[in-house]
Amino acid sequence: MTADEARTLIAESFSDTKVESGVPMVVSVPVDQWAPFADFAKTTLGCRFFSFLTAVDWKEQGLEVVCKIDNLDDNVSLLMKTRLGPAAAECPSLTPVYAGANWMERECYDMFGIRFDGHPDLRRILLGDDWVGHPLLKSYAVDTPHPPYR
Amino acid sequence: MTTAAVQRVELDYTGSERLTMNMGPQHPSAHGVFRAILTLEGETVVGVDAVIGYLHRCHEKLAETLTYAQYPSIASKTDYVAAMTSEFAYVRAAETIGKIDVPKRAQYLRVITSELQRVASHLLWLGTWCLDMGGALGGGATIFLYCIRERELILDLFESLVGARLLYGFFQVGGVRYDLPPDWASKCRETVDLIDQRISEYQRMLEDNPFFLVRTQGVGVISRELAQEVGIAGPLLRGSGVAYDIRRGEPYSSYEDFDFHVPVETSGDCFARYRVRMAEFRESLKIVRQALDRLPDGPISSRPGLKSVAQIRIPKGEAYARVEGARGEVGCYLIADGSAKPYRMKWRGASFSNLSILPHIIPGHKVADVVAIMGSVDPVFGEVDR
Repeated sequence: MTADEARTLIAESFSDTKVESGVPMVVSVPVDQWAPFADFAKTTLGCRFFSFLTAVDWKEQGLEVVCKIDNLDDNVSLLMKTRLGPAAAECPSLTPVYAGANWMERECYDMFGIRFDGHPDLRRILLGDDWVGHPLLKSYAVDTPHPPYR
Repeated sequence: MTTAAVQRVELDYTGSERLTMNMGPQHPSAHGVFRAILTLEGETVVGVDAVIGYLHRCHEKLAETLTYAQYPSIASKTDYVAAMTSEFAYVRAAETIGKIDVPKRAQYLRVITSELQRVASHLLWLGTWCLDMGGALGGGATIFLYCIRERELILDLFESLVGARLLYGFFQVGGVRYDLPPDWASKCRETVDLIDQRISEYQRMLEDNPFFLVRTQGVGVISRELAQEVGIAGPLLRGSGVAYDIRRGEPYSSYEDFDFHVPVETSGDCFARYRVRMAEFRESLKIVRQALDRLPDGPISSRPGLKSVAQIRIPKGEAYARVEGARGEVGCYLIADGSAKPYRMKWRGASFSNLSILPHIIPGHKVADVVAIMGSVDPVFGEVDR
């Protein structure tokens, strides 16, 4: 499958998505179609390789979740993006689709406080359980004091 | 750190007992600081909870506070065993957004250092992995000391090139920082030839050893499907039968100029991963030789000298750049807002993704195999925790 074929298939099945050209192909997905789209990308587009999942804090415009998946056989890469909306921190989990999303979503929860619905084990991964706040939010200052130096 | 989902000791009344065993965080086979909370039934592991984060420094937050010229030398502290390729991913991302050209000579120097780094990193992996399985190899530290001896030769080369042995700061946006000193190329050729010879020696030492084969063959099998779904990369992915190498699939920095082979094994066990890495040694050495032979003349950076490097400005935009590191796909997702510092940087550590395969493959194995499996994954915890 070429990138153009993938683009056509996406446009046919998910009309609400916005696809940009380039490598990787950037696909903006509405948050309610996030998990169905990932499933479609995996089964129909052959993007079986899970590269990474992360988030970006766009301040007043809210959080954006970004996920990259690849079709290694045909060299097609998708960069999926979804906006959660201002002040929202809920996102459907991709762990049921991609096992690799498990740790990445835990990291995202740890760093941004995004709650992934359907994640089997959503707890902090890099920081301690007693950590206060989510460091990668733009509202979290670099020099925020933390235990034991509170 | 996180223990919420851990079962302590659980007795059922049929007589079998589940025991929770804590492995690490200071376990010698952890190669850093890693805690695995194992649930055992007798000698067999039935559950594993991996606890990471002990080396977390929040590189991603740090990168937002440092300029494009400052961060590359910090990037080397993510995967400190293969610092060259860590720096590479970051500068590549910045160059992609800024559409900054890299002179051919700099591209070749990047290839030479990255490949030598891969060899150094694989040497450390081979040594420590064999040390972990110590007793079974009849003498334990032998291979380890041999490997460290050879790795030392590469570190000497890096020292004479950069002035540092472990963390380099060699890559900068637009090129590399130093040109080769006189005689470096001939010293490098000698080292490459020597290591090539010694690798064959180690391979014979290990593969003629029945204990080594018993401990690695059929242990920790990763299927092709699981490998992709979890997103493991590099030698692990190729050990599971997926012939994917970023240097081939998405060539960067003139990798298309070199003739090399992408080794693949299909059995997906510890032995397959070992075989892939052993073959990669030779491919890397082959690339270094070719790059030295054809090294073009010219500038080593497309940007002016050191004094003005701090003023790099990258236009608004975003890019995901990845390189084939020693442990797989080292990626940097960078968002620039037009200022001197990035708006957001996501580091895709190859070890982080690779390590997350452990809970899928360890259950069902004996405790002793945990060490062999973990070593075959080759995690570097600076890169897992970032």
